[in-house]
Amino acid sequence: MSPRPGFVLEVDRSTPPTLFWHGEGYRLERLPIGSRVLYAPEPHHALEDPVGAIRRALLEPLGDVAPLPDQLRPGMRLTIAFDDVSLPLPPMRRPDIRQLVIEQVLDMAAAAGVDDVVLIAALALHRRMTDDELRHALGDRVYDAFAPHGLLLQHDAEDPDNLVHLGVTDEGEDVELNKRAATSDLLVYVNINLVAMDGGHKSVATGLSSYRSLRHHHNARTMQHSRSFMDQDHSELHSSNWRMGRLIAASDIKVFQIETTLNTDTFPEQFRFLQRREWEWSAKDRATFMASSAALARTPPRLARGIFHSIRAPHRMTSVQAGEVEAVHARTTANVYAQQLLEVEGQSDVLTMGLPYICPYNVHSIMNPILVACLGLGYFFNMYRGRPLVRQGGVIIMSHPTPWAFHAGHHPSYIDFFEQVLTETTDPVEIGKYEESFATDPWYVHLYRTGHAYHGVHPFYMWYWCAHALAHVGSVIVVGGDRAAVRRLGFTPATTMADALELASDLVGPDPTITHLHSPPLLMADVQ
Amino acid sequence: MKGLLFERNVARFAAARLTSALAGSGRGAGVGPLRLTDLEPPELPGDEWRRVRPLLAGICGSDLATMDGRSSRYFEDLVSFPFVPGHEVVGTVEGSGQRVVVEPVLGCAARAVSPPCPSCAAGHTGGCERVAFGHLAPGLQIGFCADTGGGWSAAGLVAHPSQLHEVPESFTDEDAALVEPTACAVHGALAAKVRPGDTVAVVGAGTLGLTTIAALRHLSQPGVVLAGAKYPEQRVLAEELGADVVVGPEQLGRAVRRQSRSLQSSGHLTGGADVVVDCVGSAESIAQSLAMVRRRGRLVLVGMPGVLRLDLAPLWHREVELAGAYGYGTEDAAAGPRRTFDIAMEVVAAYGLGRLVSATYPLERFEEALAHAGAAGRRGAVKVAFDLKGTAP
Repeated sequence: MSPRPGFVLEVDRSTPPTLFWHGEGYRLERLPIGSRVLYAPEPHHALEDPVGAIRRALLEPLGDVAPLPDQLRPGMRLTIAFDDVSLPLPPMRRPDIRQLVIEQVLDMAAAAGVDDVVLIAALALHRRMTDDELRHALGDRVYDAFAPHGLLLQHDAEDPDNLVHLGVTDEGEDVELNKRAATSDLLVYVNINLVAMDGGHKSVATGLSSYRSLRHHHNARTMQHSRSFMDQDHSELHSSNWRMGRLIAASDIKVFQIETTLNTDTFPEQFRFLQRREWEWSAKDRATFMASSAALARTPPRLARGIFHSIRAPHRMTSVQAGEVEAVHARTTANVYAQQLLEVEGQSDVLTMGLPYICPYNVHSIMNPILVACLGLGYFFNMYRGRPLVRQGGVIIMSHPTPWAFHAGHHPSYIDFFEQVLTETTDPVEIGKYEESFATDPWYVHLYRTGHAYHGVHPFYMWYWCAHALAHVGSVIVVGGDRAAVRRLGFTPATTMADALELASDLVGPDPTITHLHSPPLLMADVQ
Repeated sequence: MKGLLFERNVARFAAARLTSALAGSGRGAGVGPLRLTDLEPPELPGDEWRRVRPLLAGICGSDLATMDGRSSRYFEDLVSFPFVPGHEVVGTVEGSGQRVVVEPVLGCAARAVSPPCPSCAAGHTGGCERVAFGHLAPGLQIGFCADTGGGWSAAGLVAHPSQLHEVPESFTDEDAALVEPTACAVHGALAAKVRPGDTVAVVGAGTLGLTTIAALRHLSQPGVVLAGAKYPEQRVLAEELGADVVVGPEQLGRAVRRQSRSLQSSGHLTGGADVVVDCVGSAESIAQSLAMVRRRGRLVLVGMPGVLRLDLAPLWHREVELAGAYGYGTEDAAAGPRRTFDIAMEVVAAYGLGRLVSATYPLERFEEALAHAGAAGRRGAVKVAFDLKGTAP
């Protein structure tokens, strides 16, 4: 049976309560009659023979490039870069897609007699992965073959000896790359394209670059001109990365791009009700919901966090394409859209969303208030093509506990950003004046390079990610959040959804149109 | 005439200590050694001495420590019982009606000690070595001496002319009541020896912390002043008085690290603030101060400490200069020696410090007053004082 497409439900008297994610938990909310609820398309069928599909993609590349084996020869320098721990979400069950792809690339390299091979986790300014995370992503065989010999590296954007400045684009953007990658005879990049923003020239131009490069597109202006950054035809973020990517190509750096797409089979069997439509819940789903809700209500947050972060998603590969960057990415984007797009008629006054426990930047970590803002206003708000789901001047209501809590090891500069920058201003443009001092702070640099800390500038990027939404909506309300933390973000706290709708009515009137983004699983609204 | 008298009573002292520990600072007054009673004006110790009738008399942190039964035993021989508390006093001189603030230290001049001790001879009366000697009962200051009376009494106090400072007409009584605590802050700010451009952190934003910020700004040219303030009102005032960065107390270390762009090791900064002024005096505040002062930097204790359990390894290892700053006297100003109180008046006028008086109480409501003072920050207050203007005989 073919998977069903996405669905727009109009709430009526018979509609059961709607599930909202709420951090490490979930709630059922009754939305007003007439509200729309957007459900993601059902998971597409996975490739029956993923390894075979990978080999075919490598042997029959897209665009004007030779098959991978033809590009491999003894004595060459081969670098394989791969997406870091921020993808996919939640982390997938073994074997991870990166493992499947890299094993095939390495088999071909071995067959061709290539013996100078280095793997690089393309961190950009993300935290370094732990050994366990690397082993999970690459599998035991690859990890054990490379890590003990120092051939499994993590990109260090603060190592001046291992960066090379390639030049500037015609828009004056510096392009600085990892030197090993830039000086290899071939750079293979292995992507997991969870959302439409992932991949393309962004893989190398962002994942293997430095602050000197990133600052050109990771800023408030770029994000305000990316409408949305999930829609590459209307994304300044995309355009900037494409300019950089073309400069990289013009610098004689040969990139062999491998992109993969996943279905939206997001949660394992015991949490399967989370991706079912409520009126289709079985008795078992209802029982599981009630039992897990009751248990989570009694579980200390730290333990609940541990439980959720141990989830390994069953999502599987739906496509793999390899070859020239732009040709590959065009096919990939079409496949992502096929899985995630949902046609929606018009905007609404209010957009509601339940935010889960995880975003790209808190894997095995705490979803701190800045990440809550980024997930809601950066990622979920921007999951649209055409127009935002909420009208200009409308209201976003997010449900999340928003704890005033930070992972000191992962997010040290976030703490200072929250305490010292957001107390001065929450304007994404104005905060820019503090950016460089955070980006160059030697303590953050030290922790980024030697520990597992996000780069000092990273919280600024999270706030820039919100820039489009903050400029677009009239108000942001957080239901069930720590009130002080919510206020620090510049948002309005509300105890219940009913309170939030009452507060929203000040801006959008007493009878607003409401759309609920029922996600995850991921969906992208195609707003007509 | 009504006045508050503090007597030596071990049982009541213990009760105050227990009550304040359980219910909060200032809450032990009802069961402690302090009581409202009828008092006679104190005898004049000498011909030169004057009687002063208090108008406003502030409640200081050291007063609260005494009322709470948690002051150091170090002071046992430096006070005499029973005494009338109150050393932050603006009042009128009996006879002349002149409005004065009282410099309460009972140094060699007041005690008729001759020749004066080296500190008094040098004008540093706060450092007087004879406060337990001379023709007066022991007592660091008026407000801790059995012979002089104190500010918390309608019967007034007696003061040596060397202790009296005329109040400018432009000063309100509230301004004048802030002169004594500001003098402590001035002395502390000068003891900090801030060089132009230094990064200075001020721990605590009660009366002492706030007046210290003002004094630092008035008397030196720090590059950046960071302040740790617990309560919203304190944060607003700290900014108004000249702090560049104001954060919660638990955030101050991180703010100093950011400002000094330091690394961090074993909970201590590789760099840090050039000067830290601790206006709290607790084990936690001193430990925090040690963690944020740079190697060979200076840590000044302005807040009154007591018996503390403290790891001084960082002080030793990082060769931090630790300085106490108590009281006032004469300061070595660029233009020559100046009385601390004269400088304090300048600071009070320049920064409008009279606004720090948040509430006044009649003596009869002393329990409420002390409870208010003990919870001043939490209740949005800074300085709480007794108002004795309506108690004229």
